[in-house]
Amino acid sequence: MTVREPAIDDALVAAHGLTGEEYARLVALIGRVPSFTELGVVSAMWNEHCSYKSSRIHLRGLPTSAPWVIQGPGENAGVIDIGDGDACVFKMESHNHPSFIEPYQGATTGVGGILRDVFTMGARPVACLNFLRFGAIDHPKTRRLVAGVVAGIGGYGNSFGVPTVGGSVGFHPRYDGNILVNAMAVGVARADSIWYSKATGVGNPIVYLGSKTGRDGIHGATMASASFEADAEEKRPTVQVGDPFAEKLLLEACLELMATGAVVAIQDMGAAGLTSSAVEMGAKGDLGIELDLDAVPCREEGMSAYEMMLSESQERMLMVLKPEKRAEAEAVFRKWELDFAVIGRTTDTKRFVVKRHGEVKADLPIRELGDQAPLYDRPWTPPAPPARIDDAAVAPPMPHDRALLALLASPDLCSKRWVYEQYDALILGNTVQGPGGDSAVVRLGDGPKALALTVDCTPRYCEADPVEGGKQAVAEAWRNLCAVGATPLALTDNLNFGNPQKPEAMGQFVGCLQGLGEAARALDFPVVSGNVSLYNETMGAGILPTPAIGGVGLLKDAGKSMGIALKRAGDRLMLLGGDPGWLGQSLYLREICGREEGAPPPVDLAAERRAGEFVRSLIADGAVAAVHDLSDGGLAIAAAEMALAGGLGATLDGPATAQFLFGEDQGRYLVAVASGEAAGLLARAAGAGVPARDVGAVGGSSVTLGPGCVPSALSALRAAHEDALPRHMAAAGPEA
Amino acid sequence: MRAAVVVFPGSNREGDVARALKLATGRPPDMVWHAERDLPAGVDLVVLPGGFSYGDYLRCGAIAARAHAMDAVRAHAARGGYVLGICNGFQILCEGGLLPGVLMRNRDLRFVSKMQRIRVERADTAFTRAYAKGQAIEVAIAHGEGNYEVDDETMARLEGEGRVAFRYCDAAGAVTEAANPNGSTAGIAGIYSERLNVLGLMPHPENLVDPLVGGTDGRGLFDSLARAA
Repeated sequence: MTVREPAIDDALVAAHGLTGEEYARLVALIGRVPSFTELGVVSAMWNEHCSYKSSRIHLRGLPTSAPWVIQGPGENAGVIDIGDGDACVFKMESHNHPSFIEPYQGATTGVGGILRDVFTMGARPVACLNFLRFGAIDHPKTRRLVAGVVAGIGGYGNSFGVPTVGGSVGFHPRYDGNILVNAMAVGVARADSIWYSKATGVGNPIVYLGSKTGRDGIHGATMASASFEADAEEKRPTVQVGDPFAEKLLLEACLELMATGAVVAIQDMGAAGLTSSAVEMGAKGDLGIELDLDAVPCREEGMSAYEMMLSESQERMLMVLKPEKRAEAEAVFRKWELDFAVIGRTTDTKRFVVKRHGEVKADLPIRELGDQAPLYDRPWTPPAPPARIDDAAVAPPMPHDRALLALLASPDLCSKRWVYEQYDALILGNTVQGPGGDSAVVRLGDGPKALALTVDCTPRYCEADPVEGGKQAVAEAWRNLCAVGATPLALTDNLNFGNPQKPEAMGQFVGCLQGLGEAARALDFPVVSGNVSLYNETMGAGILPTPAIGGVGLLKDAGKSMGIALKRAGDRLMLLGGDPGWLGQSLYLREICGREEGAPPPVDLAAERRAGEFVRSLIADGAVAAVHDLSDGGLAIAAAEMALAGGLGATLDGPATAQFLFGEDQGRYLVAVASGEAAGLLARAAGAGVPARDVGAVGGSSVTLGPGCVPSALSALRAAHEDALPRHMAAAGPEA
Repeated sequence: MRAAVVVFPGSNREGDVARALKLATGRPPDMVWHAERDLPAGVDLVVLPGGFSYGDYLRCGAIAARAHAMDAVRAHAARGGYVLGICNGFQILCEGGLLPGVLMRNRDLRFVSKMQRIRVERADTAFTRAYAKGQAIEVAIAHGEGNYEVDDETMARLEGEGRVAFRYCDAAGAVTEAANPNGSTAGIAGIYSERLNVLGLMPHPENLVDPLVGGTDGRGLFDSLARAA
């Protein structure tokens, strides 16, 4: 069948998402009208997702280096040195839009993609986390989306065989039409055997490995493909289907192959599939790449060059191999029963040449596809920061014990057991702390080292004040790592924002990045990988600005990791970091008073650092029995969560005010200490410049928030906390 | 005790069980690729580990039950050798005819991963001598298809012959509907073959062999086996 390709006209260019200016740039670059395949290739390389054209100039301001950073942003994942010749490889990535369209497959392919990014670098994945945001819990679409996304994340990770050890799940009406599904994968490799995508050597074979290529996920091509097919082709789903079994085979084959020394360069086929992976390898090595698409293993017949270059079929890899090792490599692929094909070679022409049926379908300058990609400094307006509310004037609408019960059952604070019990958190046998604590703790091999992992962001703070919100997201991740006793090392960011062509949304992006950069610098917590997801907007309404932060820290001894569970009756509860009582943007204000307003709590990065280092020193010395950071819901929620985790009550004796109990001031921890050591701890805190206060005692089977407050039985708090999400998920009602 | 672990392409808890075996027996088990036709000479125990042997998109374990290595496992069992199938391994043993019954999707159709108590129904087999009869041990579970179903007649035989190895229970050892995580008939978490040399169970004792990671209630099973041969 001869395929008739459509003529290049304005409508086709627009259908590919290129502006008139961008198209003119392309024509100037190659000195002629592009072929249909070339238009597809360039549109894929120059879209927001691949080119970061709206975000690039702002990302430059982020700190990305430190003595322990082996690889910062720009590769498949970030790499840090964790001592003893070991390296930790990690990244977080979004799959927001696909997950909204088809929650199960959208989520699975999100997990699959990020796992591939990690093992492409030669690391064996040891843990996954995820950051999820859904619309209002009673929105008609929410239940189906939560069920599908959670099942999809579990379906992929459980089968692939990596523990899903932590995450963050939240709800807000601003995500009604645009949920967030951000997946983070963490792997471990030897620091001297990290693999990169830079191709070297002329004439080396380019090898395709993994699943076959189909017509799934062809970007922007639905309309275009209909115009050149003889028969009216059915509409293909744009969401790909994940196959964790194929990915498991790919993982084992890749690691086995790397061990043979046959690999020169490797790149997974993610967004923009074959196009992006091949161009990246060539551009990084300053080489040309020539592909013969006739050799690509296909799942369907009659695929055109255009379709093959833009397919986003999952579980595929591209490698440059040493020619003399080809037989050895092929034996590995055969053992794992994976497709293997030499589909091209490296050249010295610095051109990206694609052939199909002997015909040249694309011939483009390879470096310029990246270097000459559009770069925009989009107009942005800084949002006016809201005024601080009068905290003292907030009148509690109900007694504090009832507020506690209501908050513990609220969508953002209720137990997420319904979610995380669908994830295998225990596989590999190294999960020292799984979901439910401040950070997950995953031992490395037989120990004694362990990684601490967390994902955090408080989008309502970012919405109210992007700079403070950006700082807070980083500070909270850093704090959660400190709370288990880990030294925070580096972070990965997943920047979820609205339409960058709207100055307000762009202003949120710029502000959050400023705050993020300030905090990362102040806390020596560099950004080593990340992902930008813009255009999270439906019917003109953008999401809350959500720069999700994935933090990684190191514990020298897994056995010394600290948890949130209260352990001994009679211990004293000590509040570290002060108690000014900031209620603006707090969950108390929103859930209990029905007001979502005010400035968010400011982040004092120097104080944050002092408090975190102090807590780590307490944990290292065995001076505390339990530690919990203070975040959503403040002191009251922290105390209740510690009590529930330990099955042991707590009585607070500070002032029974909403400010003291529910304020969300930053840089704070609640720790449990043996009563005889309380005075010593206060003195030690004073020496470290960290405000500290004895706020109560551990014991009994209820939580009492202060003098004159009605005690809440742990059993009642537990029921409210645990039953909320299952009840929402089982609720009858209209589904959309 | 010499142990071997059969590795299918989609196995994913082979390392976990190898670690538990090494801890109990003092030496690492032989890892046997599914395409092998023979087991290493002198093997006393063969383990089919957890995972998704061939992706298991249709019937869990159905393809694995027909792998070359399974012929060797069947011959080993017929000779009276010990066979332990955990999770996917249990599914494979049922599909391969080494144990009766079938593992269906969990009652509420969701994957479930958590800590779970199981009651040791008898403590006089090669797998359980380190436990006490009626002991409620803590193990991990992680499965989407662990709902054990069997016809009434076979069920009566299993009960009559004392072939129920473990039942899901609460902390006090009571077998209740609330303590049953997947809807299994009679709360069954694991069963023996007629000669008590083959054990299949859904839970993962291999993930509870370390005080730092969950606890050590699972060790008894591997310690029992280490002493059995």
